[in-house]
Amino acid sequence: MAVTVNLTVNGAQHTVECEERTLLVQLLREHLGLTGTHVGCDTSQCGACVVHVDGESLKSCTMLAAQAEGANITTIEGLANGDELHPMQQAFHENHGLQCGFCTPGMIMSSVDLLKNNPTPSEQEIRHWLEGNICRCTGYHNIVKSIQACADKMKAA
Amino acid sequence: MTTGIGARVLRKEDRRFITGNGNYVDDINVNGQYYAAFVRSPHPHAEIGSVDIAGAKASDGVIEVLTGAEVAADEIGGLPVGWGITQTNGEPMVEPAWPILAQGRVRFVGDAVAVVIAKSIDAARDAAEMVNVSYTPIPAVIATEDAPKDGAPQVWDEAPGNTSFDWEIGDKAAADQAFEGAHHVTKLELVNQRLVPNAMEPRAAIAEFNSVSGDLTLHATAQAPHAIRLLLGAFVLQQPEHKFRVISPDVGGGFGSKIYPYAEYAVLCWAARRMGCAIKWTADRSESFITDAHGRDHVSEAELALDADGKFLGLRVNTVANMGAYLSAFGPLVPTFLYATLFAGQYTTPAIYAHVKAVFTNTTPVDAYRGAGRPEATFLLERIVEKAAKETGIDPADIRRRNFIQPDQFPYATPVALTYDSGEYGATLDKALALADYTGFAARRDQSKTSGKLRGIGFSLPIEATGAAPSAIAGQLGARAGLYESAEVRFNPTGSVTVFSGSHSHGQGHATTFAQVVSDQLGVPIENVEVVQGDTSNSQFGMGTYGSRSLSVGGSAIVRACDKILAKGRKIAAHILEASADDIEFVDGNFQVKGTDKAMNIAEVAFAAYVPHNYPLPTGDPAQDENALEPGLNEQAFFDPLNFNFPNGAYICEVEIDPDTGVVQIVDFSAVDDVGNIINPMIVEGQVHGGIAQGVGQALYEGAVYDKETGQLLSGSMMDYTLPRADNLPMIKTGTTETPCPFNPLGVKGCGEIGTIGATPAVINAIIDALGDYGVTDISMPATPEVVWRAMQEGRA
Ligand code: FES
Ligand code: FES
Repeated sequence: MAVTVNLTVNGAQHTVECEERTLLVQLLREHLGLTGTHVGCDTSQCGACVVHVDGESLKSCTMLAAQAEGANITTIEGLANGDELHPMQQAFHENHGLQCGFCTPGMIMSSVDLLKNNPTPSEQEIRHWLEGNICRCTGYHNIVKSIQACADKMKAA
Repeated sequence: MTTGIGARVLRKEDRRFITGNGNYVDDINVNGQYYAAFVRSPHPHAEIGSVDIAGAKASDGVIEVLTGAEVAADEIGGLPVGWGITQTNGEPMVEPAWPILAQGRVRFVGDAVAVVIAKSIDAARDAAEMVNVSYTPIPAVIATEDAPKDGAPQVWDEAPGNTSFDWEIGDKAAADQAFEGAHHVTKLELVNQRLVPNAMEPRAAIAEFNSVSGDLTLHATAQAPHAIRLLLGAFVLQQPEHKFRVISPDVGGGFGSKIYPYAEYAVLCWAARRMGCAIKWTADRSESFITDAHGRDHVSEAELALDADGKFLGLRVNTVANMGAYLSAFGPLVPTFLYATLFAGQYTTPAIYAHVKAVFTNTTPVDAYRGAGRPEATFLLERIVEKAAKETGIDPADIRRRNFIQPDQFPYATPVALTYDSGEYGATLDKALALADYTGFAARRDQSKTSGKLRGIGFSLPIEATGAAPSAIAGQLGARAGLYESAEVRFNPTGSVTVFSGSHSHGQGHATTFAQVVSDQLGVPIENVEVVQGDTSNSQFGMGTYGSRSLSVGGSAIVRACDKILAKGRKIAAHILEASADDIEFVDGNFQVKGTDKAMNIAEVAFAAYVPHNYPLPTGDPAQDENALEPGLNEQAFFDPLNFNFPNGAYICEVEIDPDTGVVQIVDFSAVDDVGNIINPMIVEGQVHGGIAQGVGQALYEGAVYDKETGQLLSGSMMDYTLPRADNLPMIKTGTTETPCPFNPLGVKGCGEIGTIGATPAVINAIIDALGDYGVTDISMPATPEVVWRAMQEGRA
């Protein structure tokens, strides 16, 4: 059964025809070609698929596309302001918070939401928040540093 | 800011990843592509009766369903093994065929039986459920320790006792003699559990065949695209290499699991060629769990003989290594030359003997996973050394110090075939002790006690052989390929440089590190250097990225190509500056006539080489052409090292254990590594952090658990298989000592695996130290709260 979904992604309005069983992440990747959002698992564990739905971070593999009717979605492709990187993107770059880059979009989207909720997280709060995001490359050390650096910078700004 | 060797240059490749513009295989689509779904065996061991594809074929959107029968009819070869082992009795290892779709029998849960090709992925998957395979299950052998037992089910008729090979290394008589005179003997039995690599990007591929040109193109998640082309083209598909292109774009981690020429890639290529189309397949995570080559899986016993001063006299090891159902490409190499050759560790143990039996079981094949053999060796050695320290009452740092190979002993030939090149093990340990504040440990332990926690400290002093490999030595030991690396350094006419490398980054940051090397060698700004990898059509044959080899072998090939560029550039400059080439020196990117201010920048020299108006072009007259040059500035090099290199380190882990729950928390981790000269410290630290996380994963969380009755992988998803999360790890303290490797022009040693190799024993040793008062002398991995809690109850009993 096909369904029609109207939604806003990175500021642009879309109307997408897809199957009822289509997940939001599939809609983003396969229908809209936004391949920055990744699929790392099939049990909603890895967090590679995290996007913002109406301003909140969410694993886009846990939501049916049809449930996103009317939603306002930001993906990693929509985070920077033109050529100007979001401070979290910049912080990941400056602190070597990524290696293979596969977990990175989800990590960054999740971390942006963390600082929105808690602008001055402790190391433990950062680590706890990232429980739903798995990185197999970095050992998290530099991801935690990236988020701390971003928090410091945003506080100073 | 400097961007040369030794500088913390931020990564050139980051921007595409942090903006969502990475280009992984699953992000790629080819016009008109079909989608593949595999029908896989639910049984660990069964005879295949009929395969009824009628329902699937009639299903909506299905184009084709292919089975082992078509594979056989098309005479498609089995998956090749890249390393042959000669057994102790002189016989070759037993090497059964591994057809790309099962023929007659399935041998593990996940063995591919058929493939459905359809217009959409959903259609393919739906139809795969409709393929009716009639199986007659037969008894299966699952556990490593069960495989050699009398009466165990046999995985292969041609491998009695389920043995692929029985192999040994070292001098048994000398080792036995060492034990006869020993003052003390420490004994240890251990299991190095099976792991699932779990790179975050699942494997994926797109095969595309152009029926007009006869060209086959494979996009694949591959660490070694050239090797995959060679192995699949020559041994499986009979597709000539010049008509076969393998492209590996951005790769989301590999850790070994993306080296191999997997059956799925071969099936896609074969089907695409047969049907004249493009076919895409992306594993879901559950499929990755049962089809990506697994790692480790050893059962071992070991004995260490010591004299009264705590000097090691001899080591004897007996290991059963699980190969899984088939021999994976480098599976036989892992428990042999990557394993038992490391049993000297950092120590002068004069007599070592190891016996390894490699067995088949009805499980997913096992191959190299980060460290590959070296973690197993280091775990065994550093566990038994620590146990010996406890038994003899010698401080664990001290017992190691008493046995170190000293800096003046290099080159040092171990009793197990390797010749170590360099190292300062004592200095490295001293740094680690300082970093960990070892002297303050007793006070910290007391403090933990007051808050009801048990604190322990554990050591591990890893050493490994990386930089595969001196091809001649590897060939003698059974390698069926060479192991050099290649590079092409191409000046473009306006002075920028494109570097083509046979290595292939899957997170290691080659685009940055290699550019630093080139920038340093050629004096070209780093932003004008681009590194290209991963496409067999534009880079020359290379062996790929694994075994921490890319910088020491691939980076060295780049240096050699740069040397050739400079040699030619010098001659071009000599011609233009009207000087003798011997009078030209190269300083900071400029060729200058010694003692004058006459100079040309290398970019100007490159321009002159491509616009050869004033240039020593050949005239055709041999008398005049002695110093003639071809136009262009573009050089290639292959580098084959004379020896391995030997990264080493000193790791100290501190844990706190909650005695009520058995929960282990790593409260401090100090790692000092000697990886030779360092090109980019930021990247090296990142490699060490990530490596340690995987080593901690093995110690505390990860384990591939099979049901021994049904052969099902119980820990077959990320819900069931515990990967380390951010809150499982501490910040990691790192340090380095730098003793340059004399066998490559950069003086570097590998840094990609040492963290994984070093971390696991440090964590387990720390746990056992913490539980000393409970009489615990051993603990199995992963040391989950339940395992720890039970050990405490049993130890106390
Ligand atoms: S894809 Fe893994 S959590 Fe969504
Ligand atoms: S950077 Fe590779 S998984 Fe996180």
